Amino acid sequence: MDLALTILIDGAIYASWLFIVALGLTLIFGVLKILNIAHGSFYAIGAYAAASIVGLFAAEKFAPAFSLVALLLAAVAVAVIVGPLLERLLLRRFYGRDEVLLVLVTYALFLILEDVSKLIWGVNPYYVTEPYGLFGDVSLGSLFYVGYDLAIVAVALICGVGVWYGLNRTVLGKIVLAVIHNDEIAASMGINIGKVYLGAFTFGVFLAALGGAFTAPMISVQPGISVGVIIVSFAVVIIGGLGSIGGAAIGALIVGVARSTAVHIWPAAELFSIYLVMAAVLIFRPEGLFQRAVARRI
Amino acid sequence: MTKGTYRRVMTAGAMLAAGLFAAGAAQAQQTFKIGIVTFLSGQAAESFGVPAWNGGKVLIDELNKGAAPAPYNKVGFGGLKIEPVVIDENGGATKQVQELRNLYQRDNVDFVIGYVGSGDCLAVAPAAEELKRLLILYDCGTPRIFEDAKYDYVFRTAATGTMDNVALARYLKNSNVKIEKFSMINQDYAWGHDSRSDFIGAMSSLYPNAKPEADLLPAFGSGQYGTEVSALMRTGSTVVHSSLWGGDLQAFILQSAPRGLFKKATVVLSAADHAVPPLGDKMPEGAIIGARGAYGLMAPKSALNDWFWKIYQDAYKVYPVQAPYRMVQSILGVKSAIEKAMEKNGGKKPTNEEIAAALRGHEWDSPGGRIRMVNGNGHQAIQDIAIGKTKWNAATKSMEIVDIQRFPAECVNAPAGQKGQDWLKAGMPGAKC
Repeated sequence: MDLALTILIDGAIYASWLFIVALGLTLIFGVLKILNIAHGSFYAIGAYAAASIVGLFAAEKFAPAFSLVALLLAAVAVAVIVGPLLERLLLRRFYGRDEVLLVLVTYALFLILEDVSKLIWGVNPYYVTEPYGLFGDVSLGSLFYVGYDLAIVAVALICGVGVWYGLNRTVLGKIVLAVIHNDEIAASMGINIGKVYLGAFTFGVFLAALGGAFTAPMISVQPGISVGVIIVSFAVVIIGGLGSIGGAAIGALIVGVARSTAVHIWPAAELFSIYLVMAAVLIFRPEGLFQRAVARRI
Repeated sequence: MTKGTYRRVMTAGAMLAAGLFAAGAAQAQQTFKIGIVTFLSGQAAESFGVPAWNGGKVLIDELNKGAAPAPYNKVGFGGLKIEPVVIDENGGATKQVQELRNLYQRDNVDFVIGYVGSGDCLAVAPAAEELKRLLILYDCGTPRIFEDAKYDYVFRTAATGTMDNVALARYLKNSNVKIEKFSMINQDYAWGHDSRSDFIGAMSSLYPNAKPEADLLPAFGSGQYGTEVSALMRTGSTVVHSSLWGGDLQAFILQSAPRGLFKKATVVLSAADHAVPPLGDKMPEGAIIGARGAYGLMAPKSALNDWFWKIYQDAYKVYPVQAPYRMVQSILGVKSAIEKAMEKNGGKKPTNEEIAAALRGHEWDSPGGRIRMVNGNGHQAIQDIAIGKTKWNAATKSMEIVDIQRFPAECVNAPAGQKGQDWLKAGMPGAKC
């Protein structure tokens, strides 16, 4: 019982971190039909920006609680600067082209952003540990957890519920859904597709940067952190179904619990467990758990 | 100008140009062009690759000026200046094999010093041997290089990971740490797997009744260790062993220390000295750490070490840790071997074969102590090692390493001709402690 509880808690914490990143990935695919490899770079830039802004706040002697505001500000700053710049200058030139070409474009972008990060922040690590101690320790079962880890679960819930509410209960959300379902008909109804693309991409960048910013206090921020997260995030959205918000949530939870179970019971199968689940889902649901098969439009 | 004058001027000009060209060509010969391969980007850059090259660069600058202390005070290598070509190790083993060929065949380097990653070392060593070109491995720790193969052109100037894990187990034993159960967390690639096997082997000799519990092998660069920390905390292990390094090690420490892992168990970290300067007070007290040699804060007192410490700290405003030490000991080893070969061949620039012959079974002093090419038919170094415990100094506001124990090379390395695993299984016979 104690082991089952530990597996569930660990799985939920890992899933929350993954979900924040995968949510942006699936949103961008849903709206823009881009499988965005550069998403991992936005995550890394978010972590770097968080390190810089938290450092700035500390230098100005702000109270430690403000470091949380700094993390949020970092994600917003990255989204506002990077999102529109890349969407307007680069991605819009490739809309409607073959999806494989777009994968190559975002892969090139990933490589470029890796080097840009090094040019701006160098290769030395950054530490942003102040926020990690803000929530104290929490005793769950026989173990202690850092309160911050559980706060990540809350952040993921807020992101998930917020995006679901925004898409399903607001006019803006209905417009985005219309574009997701059929952009040509949406355009003929008078919707400015370009603006929807810009907004969706910027919000996707924000979610990736938010994931990076809130991860920064737990790690040393340095080159290379963008790779691991993007690989596992792809597994999440493939399990859940590309473009599905609910699918991203369930996919993250499945991956989180599968990995946690493996680490506790059969550690050698940690990575294998994730891809085993992915393979099993793809055998029975090649389009993912929450993606409906659609007829090809001619 | 008359026709005769014109001819004389042109002849003189041509002779001058030919002379300058010949001088230039001779000048070009008067260098040692060496390939340096280390991580300049990616996860291993910050903690290993970049500091290693920083150490190499500052040393080569001093050697080219002839400003190093004796016996390394001759300019460059035997009077020939050193011209480094630096390549990024990031990108995987397949890329490294191609880059190594490029260094030899396109850039025409005299030899290559390089490689941090154990997987990279295992991949490039056969390629260098096939090309019959000299390769000096300066950092990677997997024992399998010379235990599973025989090379004529490949050398490693640092000891294997076997030394690190045997030294950790001996430190625990000497410190009377009681162990019934122990757990491990190591990366899921050659280095992590070999370290884990070596630690289990050493523990089975020194603590025959201690049982291994959690045996975790997270992916390299995974970054998230919450689940692993839970798995380690759930065990009743009094000792947790790890060979994690770089960003993985720092993330593991940042995530496990607040959850009390370092209080619940004695954590022994085989390659953690490089995490001490960046983590500062975030580095937990009481951790037993190694540096894969006697390096940095655990380096033996010597004039050579004092000199290297000063030039490194003056250049980079931080003290050197293990990676720059290993790069420096490699360059100094090659320098002394080249100069030995030049003494033998009458002062000519030695060939790859002459350098290899001089390096085989060679010994030299480095800032980290005496290095001896004893194992692997004289191609694999052994060296002394130091292990210590972290302690925060409130007065200087710095993390120190105290209770340092030193182990002679013959105490912690398998004897020549014996595989590390076989030696451990046999109970480490012949160890001279």
